Amino acid sequence: MTTNDKRVVVAMSGGVDSSVAAALLVEQGYEVIGMMMRLWSDEAMGGAEHNRCCTPAQMADAERIANHLNIPFYVLDTKDVFRATVVEYFINGHRQGITPNPCMECNRHIRFDYLLNNALALDADYLATGHYARIHQSENGLFQLKRGLDDNKDQSYVLSVMGQDQLSKTLFPVGEYPKQEVRALAAKFGLNVESKKDSQDLCFLGHNDYRDFLQVHAPEIMEPGPIVFRDGTQIGEHSGLANYTIGQRKGLGVSYKDPLYVIAMNPYRNALIVGTREQLGRDELTASRFNWVSGQAPVGESFAAQVKIRYKAKAQPAKVTVLSDSEIHVHFDEPQRDITPGQGAVVYDGEVCLGGGIIQPFANPSD
Amino acid sequence: MIKRNVYLDHSATTPTDPRVLEAMMPYFSEQYGNASSVHSYGRQAERAIEDARQTIANILNCQPTEIVFTSGGSESDNLAIRGCAMVARAAGKGNHLITTPVEHPAVTRTVQQLVDYSGFISTILPVDEVGQVTPESLESAVRDDTILASIVYANNEIGTLSPLSQLSLITRQYRIAFHTDAVQAGGQMTLNVEELGVDMLSLSAHKFYGPKGIGLLYVRDGIDLIPSQSGGSHERGRRAGTQNTPGIVGMAKALELAYSEHASRIAHFSTMRDQLIDGILSSTSHSHLSGHLTDRLPSHASFVFDGVDGNKLLMHLDMKGIAASSGSACKTGNPEPSGVLLALGYDRETALSSLRLTVGTHTTHEDIDYAVKSISESVEALRKLNSTVLH
Repeated sequence: MTTNDKRVVVAMSGGVDSSVAAALLVEQGYEVIGMMMRLWSDEAMGGAEHNRCCTPAQMADAERIANHLNIPFYVLDTKDVFRATVVEYFINGHRQGITPNPCMECNRHIRFDYLLNNALALDADYLATGHYARIHQSENGLFQLKRGLDDNKDQSYVLSVMGQDQLSKTLFPVGEYPKQEVRALAAKFGLNVESKKDSQDLCFLGHNDYRDFLQVHAPEIMEPGPIVFRDGTQIGEHSGLANYTIGQRKGLGVSYKDPLYVIAMNPYRNALIVGTREQLGRDELTASRFNWVSGQAPVGESFAAQVKIRYKAKAQPAKVTVLSDSEIHVHFDEPQRDITPGQGAVVYDGEVCLGGGIIQPFANPSD
Repeated sequence: MIKRNVYLDHSATTPTDPRVLEAMMPYFSEQYGNASSVHSYGRQAERAIEDARQTIANILNCQPTEIVFTSGGSESDNLAIRGCAMVARAAGKGNHLITTPVEHPAVTRTVQQLVDYSGFISTILPVDEVGQVTPESLESAVRDDTILASIVYANNEIGTLSPLSQLSLITRQYRIAFHTDAVQAGGQMTLNVEELGVDMLSLSAHKFYGPKGIGLLYVRDGIDLIPSQSGGSHERGRRAGTQNTPGIVGMAKALELAYSEHASRIAHFSTMRDQLIDGILSSTSHSHLSGHLTDRLPSHASFVFDGVDGNKLLMHLDMKGIAASSGSACKTGNPEPSGVLLALGYDRETALSSLRLTVGTHTTHEDIDYAVKSISESVEALRKLNSTVLH
């Protein structure tokens, strides 16, 4: 079967990466369908009239590119399911005093579930996206998720929620290219998007700050509370836990002989726990809801790997112990300063992403 | 099933008939004069336009002077409602407009704008479950200050016909100007304004195998209106702008063909439509016809499907080569339930599940067979999808 017989739905955003992905697939001879998801935003909030990923301008760009490539283009109403999964998850995470990663949740529930299933229902063989990652089928038939060729743009971290079934039906056409080359390809294909900026921040915030968003959607967690040391001694007052992140030093509004950092949060007591630089580091974490890309959890095993604890962090050497089907323990070789409950802990073996889970709150936040 | 391209969206637009195109051709590069000019080039164009006006007047059973050429249905609706309302109020006749919830947006939004910005008052008549208004409800809405009623001839989403000749008995009795948007009805239903009893009637050529960008408003002698678009004294001062000679000639030719071939066209439309309705209702479970079973446009079939998103259905049909439309159709992924279906009493979910299929002169039995099978397949695929993904 040649690519000519294969139908691909490409998720288009009007941006550089997904536009080039669509153009590459057309060039490769696939039957390509462009699809854009209409996501949710709080239209009642000023500055958030549109989800940043699907403003009228982005939509017009995506449609223009689809026309240029002579492929069909549809917009899929994804508002309700996005609100119910990703946005709820974000708000609830903050309610529990963690810093959730909604992009991972979006890939889990929206892109590689809702959108993928809608694509398959259209008799598509594949869903393609503009992510910087690579999929490789190894000799034993298993699909591997690998880092994008451009290490600076690698997005395997947020794709670590994918499993075999999804990888077997997914294409990442730009994962094989460095970003610079993707921009050059955009120019070559005449897409007129090569100078667009990369997207940042959470799409559903529009142009709002996430704290303003939480003030509207979870006002109870924006209540002031005590700033305390590990031993419970109060040293000041914070303006609402969601205003702070682990490792933060500036803007605490407390004075002490040494610089103080946010080292933990206790949502039950609405307490922000601070400490000195030495107290900030941790060398272990537990991650749950862990997804193994291979579909098989090596329960009971311990092995050396590299673990990434933020989208933009470098993977750090660690020992990984598999506690159960869905839980791992990570012991880093060196203490890490900003292990943040709610963010992903993603495990790598070199360039292969083995899977990812969610960093759990520390057993004793004041510890 | 071998994929084929089947166009079932003739209520959106129709292909221009080659005979119409042929009639238009001389007026682009050969007889290109401006009908307002005093020279021979201008006279040539003016003659063509006035011949066209006479042809159309014969079909509408009106005087040629009662026809105003416009750019299409929306402009005609705007001109009729805004132009007539402004003059009637200035003459101290009143402030009150009557319309229905099953109008084209060109009517609905024009009325709403008059209410929001110009101090008019409107009454939206109730409709029954097939989208019709009754003479009784029209009569009960009439007030001393009522100046205009605008009621659609055939609704675009559900194809239901309004009983214009009965409704006009009321408007005449109370001396209210009566406008109808006949854009969907043009080419299929009678346009005899004496039989219908209307005072103003909007038409658009591309709905009956004429070109896009040309339409008309019939305005009964004695109805005053100010132009929506002011400027020169074209069209007896009712519509400024150089006349579109090829468009006007094309519209006249298209209308002439529609009514000279009327019997055979209507027979063909009805046969195709009935095959479509019977096919879908018998092959697709939980499917329902919307609108009136018999008082509907001969070319028009419309459905709702339990548990199916109309926008996704259009997507699936497009992939199968079928061009259709939906009352909630939206290219931006932000569908609103069809206002027409909500007005008929359908719930929100059902009002998002509509499909409109409109046949044309070239539609074949094979097209209908293919469409019926494809629709049945797509509806089942979407119901299956609903059960596998979060929603």
